[in-house]
Amino acid sequence: MPSLLDWLAWLPENASTYGADIDGIIAIIWYTTVAWFLLCFAALGAFLVLYRRRPGRRAAYVKGERIREAVWILVPVAIVLVLDLWLDVLGAPVWARVKIDRPPTELTLQVTGRQFNWDVVHPGPDGRFGTEDDRQFLDELHVPVSRPVRIVLRSKDVIHSFFLPNFRLKQDAVPGREITGWFEATRPGTYELPCAMLCGFGHSGMKAYLHVHAQADYDAWVRSQWP
Amino acid sequence: MAVTTAAHPAVGHAAHAPTGFWRTCVFSTDHKIIARQYLALGVAWALAGGLLAGAMRWQLAWPDTAIPLLGEIGPDTYNMMVTMHGTIMVFFVAMPILLGAFGNFLIPLMIGARDMVFPRLNALSVWTFAAASAVMLASFFVPGGAASAGWTGYPPLSARVEYTGVEWGLNLWILALALEFASFLMGGVNYLTTAMTLRAPGLTLFRMPLVVWQQLVAAMLFLLSVGPLVAGAVMLLLDRTLGTAFYAPEMGGDPLLWQHLFWFFGHPEVYVVLLPALGFVLEVLPVFSRKPVFGYRWIVWATVVAGALSFIVWAHHMFISGMDPRLAMPFSVTTILISVPFAYIVFAMIATLWRGSIGFEPPMLWALGFLTMFIVGGLTGIFNGSAPADVYINNTYFVVAHFHYTLFSAVFFGGFTGVYFWFPKMFGRMLGPRLGHLHFWLTLICFNVTFFPQHHLGLAGMVRRVANPLQYDALVPLQGLNVVSTWGAIGLLVAQAVFVANVVVSLLAGRRAPANPWQANTLEWTAPSPPPHLNWGRDEPVVHRGPYEYSLPGAVDDWLPQDRPPARAGRRPGTT
Repeated sequence: MPSLLDWLAWLPENASTYGADIDGIIAIIWYTTVAWFLLCFAALGAFLVLYRRRPGRRAAYVKGERIREAVWILVPVAIVLVLDLWLDVLGAPVWARVKIDRPPTELTLQVTGRQFNWDVVHPGPDGRFGTEDDRQFLDELHVPVSRPVRIVLRSKDVIHSFFLPNFRLKQDAVPGREITGWFEATRPGTYELPCAMLCGFGHSGMKAYLHVHAQADYDAWVRSQWP
Repeated sequence: MAVTTAAHPAVGHAAHAPTGFWRTCVFSTDHKIIARQYLALGVAWALAGGLLAGAMRWQLAWPDTAIPLLGEIGPDTYNMMVTMHGTIMVFFVAMPILLGAFGNFLIPLMIGARDMVFPRLNALSVWTFAAASAVMLASFFVPGGAASAGWTGYPPLSARVEYTGVEWGLNLWILALALEFASFLMGGVNYLTTAMTLRAPGLTLFRMPLVVWQQLVAAMLFLLSVGPLVAGAVMLLLDRTLGTAFYAPEMGGDPLLWQHLFWFFGHPEVYVVLLPALGFVLEVLPVFSRKPVFGYRWIVWATVVAGALSFIVWAHHMFISGMDPRLAMPFSVTTILISVPFAYIVFAMIATLWRGSIGFEPPMLWALGFLTMFIVGGLTGIFNGSAPADVYINNTYFVVAHFHYTLFSAVFFGGFTGVYFWFPKMFGRMLGPRLGHLHFWLTLICFNVTFFPQHHLGLAGMVRRVANPLQYDALVPLQGLNVVSTWGAIGLLVAQAVFVANVVVSLLAGRRAPANPWQANTLEWTAPSPPPHLNWGRDEPVVHRGPYEYSLPGAVDDWLPQDRPPARAGRRPGTT
């Protein structure tokens, strides 16, 4: 187990193109908040020790109402404000990359949540839905590595949430809506896909697996499924 | 009767005090009795909510083994426990204790009033809350069991019986919440009207203690935000019972409508709970550091700004809900901005200690416990508030850790700050300081053992509301952390026995409390402990200055009560 003091080490191994961007934002927030934590606790600890009650010593009468006094905390507050805006300025392009600007894709999978499974429709070799070679898989996604993949998320009953921890991707699947997401895997492997939204008694344990294949293996998998 | 004397305080007091058990202890209109009733109900619910949490933690550490006294629970029971733990802790513990009990007890006493302006409405409010409690309790025992769609009750899961198997449990859940909202609406109207109209002579708005300000801002937030949720709850009940389709997509409804209505209320609600707790801490810090609070007016404005901002952050609960992703960054900006007023208040708390004369009596320990834990919870909120980071963190245990560092801090560290500080005033007895220290340190340690590892579990990808972490490959090697967290939770529950013992010993044989045991300035300490019916004798307090005049240079004492006339203050007249 990694150290409890290094939170970044606890993130699962990243396997998507934009995962590193999200990890970057998490890292920046981590270092910023650790700095503030240390500052606050250092000041607090120092004051508690230095100004503990001792006989014969009286507290100072400082009301902190005048600007000259208030500036001691208005300046840190201004720094908080600047850091806040800076985090959002850094975060906006990452959000846009993951959720708004989708790259063109060759492969689209239709993923439909239902209590308590993911139905995955693969369009087959022709790449088009509604044709005879569409094929449905249960709790199983197969994609090639290093290719952007589009996911069309739906739900049959309640809200589910499509979560790929290793890809830093999460998106709710809402009945009545069709929500599009995307990812591009950077390394082959098998990745767990838990449902992240309470969806009923089978929520715990509702999961699928994403199989990322090297291109040659993916082609072989397609040939084996659509002989 | 009591109603008229309270509304016309010039009338003498003792002759009109009601007598007899039923009028004085049960159907009383005295704000102090009503406060105790809220406190008793809140503490009883805290026990239920805590035991539910204990059972949940047991299941998470040792899945599908028999829980002591309860036996093995299935995933549907687990979902019910998750739902009821959240609902109970927010609506039936935090609200009645922080607002119901302390708002009722403190507002009249701190503004120099003899009672609330509408004492009968006040009694109706607590009895409506008792009815809400009865309905919520009954929901455990109906066929199908209690609600299990999460404390947020997202439809369609909550909207159709077949998705959870819960029928009347969830209808009663909605009914109980509606009654609870009605109760706190009556309370809020009372708080605001009382503070606006019954302040003692000389008590200007900017001489009110901060906790009164924060109770009022909390009441205002509740009044302004609860309407949409009541509308949403009515639609949910109609969907469930009459087959309407407000949230049913197959008939043209939209599940996201509920999320908007729920969180438009739900985020201000977080501050409804937080602000009174901040208020308790802001009362205790100056008393035990013998110093004026740092920047009183600035804190008032920071509170108002935070309250106003809380109405435009709700969609940060919905970044990945399927709403238009272009909405996320604007809400991320407002969300992260709300850290600014709270940063101000936290820094002001720390600055209040600077050059103080700090004593570590139990109320101060709890206040410092709140401050330190709230700093951690506030900082982890930045992760959740950032939309791109939230893509990963949303609905993981990181969120669970975050809101326990904020809300557990508010309800328990903040709540115990209030209890240890005002217990002498409420009950006329001192709590034992040794047991108080023990209770504090056990709670602080066990709290961190319980919730600190949940940050790591969340970062490792553990999602919320799963009944069995061992079903996930990634979590199997981390199960040790879930076990540690559970031991912390068991310790946390056991530690509260120290508090119970302290209260029992104190009420039976505790030292009698003087009127002002902490040498504090605010008006409640000028009344006897406990204050009699209508709070003061013939003479009501008159206010001459602000609430935090500690260690004034040149004065003999290091405190100066708000009601002491300037001639006797040892300072030139007109000092504020």
